[in-house]
Amino acid sequence: MKANIYGLLAEFDTPTELVAAAEKVRDAGYKRTDAFSPFPIHEIDEALGIKRSILPFMVLGGGIVGLASGIALQWFVHVYDYPIIVGGRPYFSLPSFIPPSYELTILLAAFTAVFGMILLNGLPQPYHPVFNVPRFALATREKFFLLIERRDPKFDYGETRSFMQSLNAQEVFDVEE
Amino acid sequence: MQNAEELRAIRQRLQPPMVEGDHTFGSVSDKIGDLTLKKKTPFHWFIGLGISFLIAQLLLFTVVYLVVTGIGIWGNNQPIGWAFDIINFVWWIGIGHAGTLISAILLLLNQKWRTSINRFAEAMTLFAVACAGLFPLLHTGRPWLAYWLFPYPNTMGMWPQFRSPLMWDVFAVSTYATVSALFWYVGLIPDLATLRDRAKNKFFKVIYGLLAMGWRGSARHWHRYEIAYLLLAGLSTPLVLSVHSIVSFDFSVAQLPGWHATIFPPYFVAGAIFAGFAMVLILCIPLRRLYGMEDFITHTHLVLMGKVMLATGLIVVYGYAMEAFFGWYSANEYEYFMIKNRIWAGPYWWFYWLLILCNGLSIQLLWFKRFRESVFWLFVISIIVSIGMWLERFVIIVTSLHRDFLPSSWSMYSPTIFDITMFAGTIGFFFTLIYLFVRFLPIISIFEVRTLLPDAQVAHGHHGAHDGDDIHGESQDFTEGVNESTGRESKRELETPTDDRGKYHGK
Repeated sequence: MKANIYGLLAEFDTPTELVAAAEKVRDAGYKRTDAFSPFPIHEIDEALGIKRSILPFMVLGGGIVGLASGIALQWFVHVYDYPIIVGGRPYFSLPSFIPPSYELTILLAAFTAVFGMILLNGLPQPYHPVFNVPRFALATREKFFLLIERRDPKFDYGETRSFMQSLNAQEVFDVEE
Repeated sequence: MQNAEELRAIRQRLQPPMVEGDHTFGSVSDKIGDLTLKKKTPFHWFIGLGISFLIAQLLLFTVVYLVVTGIGIWGNNQPIGWAFDIINFVWWIGIGHAGTLISAILLLLNQKWRTSINRFAEAMTLFAVACAGLFPLLHTGRPWLAYWLFPYPNTMGMWPQFRSPLMWDVFAVSTYATVSALFWYVGLIPDLATLRDRAKNKFFKVIYGLLAMGWRGSARHWHRYEIAYLLLAGLSTPLVLSVHSIVSFDFSVAQLPGWHATIFPPYFVAGAIFAGFAMVLILCIPLRRLYGMEDFITHTHLVLMGKVMLATGLIVVYGYAMEAFFGWYSANEYEYFMIKNRIWAGPYWWFYWLLILCNGLSIQLLWFKRFRESVFWLFVISIIVSIGMWLERFVIIVTSLHRDFLPSSWSMYSPTIFDITMFAGTIGFFFTLIYLFVRFLPIISIFEVRTLLPDAQVAHGHHGAHDGDDIHGESQDFTEGVNESTGRESKRELETPTDDRGKYHGK
């Protein structure tokens, strides 16, 4: 076994094969695994045991902050800092304050959704060991890959390698660090 | 077997395939990606870009002259304080709305046909909003002080006036531009990674690589990505409806006959989608032809867009009818005078009838299959509708303003040459951006088209054909399940050919 190995990467032709293999890998007790595909595959979440992300709650939080800051800003401006009567409306004219608050709600929620997704995914990450496998360039085109990391407690180079080969993989690659 | 043939024909009619031809994941990536990466830039691209860029110079020239001189170079003056600037603003921003509708609302409604048109419809949105934003920005007169519109602590001790619809507009349009850009970029990330991995040219590889941020298609990333994308769609839907509602508040909150009507928000939103779909058709009919994208933007897509145009057009016609009804039923002499003046007694009556001809009558052709299914007629009707929607804003803005409450203030409006060059210039600017987009970014979402291919469905061991709602992963029951259902499955095979992947289970 090479010293600088990051993990083992198996290549598959179809999403069905990938999901079937991922299930077997999960059932064999591997935890530090990942799959790579050119498009999202819903079945893979369960096959790999991926937990539901907390992103939706973060987005809800972003929206609430947006709404509250919109109302607070307009209250500060029109009630506290510079009260002035316009069109005979009360200082705190809530109906008029709804459109800006509404837009800020959406703006902050959208920022949270996008930047939350990017940060939780650990992007931008220009380098990752899987990029060292030349055929991995096909992961964004037509091929499907399954990775078992060396850090996995069950990882044993010889055993894991022959196990992955038994999963109908096209080929199994060593991923160098 | 005849039964199966019939079923297949019925299914074809109900749910026509969204990708035509024999495509694989790889061929889809090549066909769309190669437009940017490999194919020689076609000659018509240089011609088109050249013409658009020349026309865009009109905008540059007009804006420079305007900034140096002042907005007096435009034809609007009291009592017609708003004219081409706001007409064009509303026209452009309305066009943008179809992009968000396609990318967000149709995603939430699970309309698969959005997939191959959403990318460039979103690009269209962004560019249209950029053109729209120029008009109110320059109409402020001192665009270099436009940042005063945003609430920030300043030495003048002043704040924006949040009770004004114009302030709401600032928030709505800037949020809309930002969220549309984010939505577009998020959709692009996986495709940028595809381009990064396919590019041979070192320079473009680095650029696409930077933009893709190291996307590697990890299952965990896709999981969060899909959540974020769906949430963005959910957020963009109320956003797009609010933006044109708020644009309509610019008018309806004012107490001017012709503007002060409760029908405005829904009627403006429908009009925006109507105009936007017309623009999507105007862009995608030549695009699919010139770039050979008929496999992805199929004839079915065009027909469906035609139907959306008909439906939203009818809502707009209802709006026209209601405006006239309100004018009469209000029993208010100013309202009644406005309607009379607009429809037959005023000097701009023919604008109104031209508008009815373009937006009301021309779309009635879409009821007939002959016109709806003809690419030529769809194109012609789309152009007529785009003109009609411009006329609509002219009728609402100019004819409502030109007869003030006091006859001594009555006036007529005519645009100056600079109004026209500025409008034409934005059209050139818009098409310049479209041409650059077509050259440097994938015009169709590659990864989403991959999901439309039959191979993208995970075949379930215990179900013969794919079943969308099924929860997968009970590998213990694997063999048992197959045995149990064999009888039923084989019967189903007879009824529904397997190559259609059982999207129809006759529920």
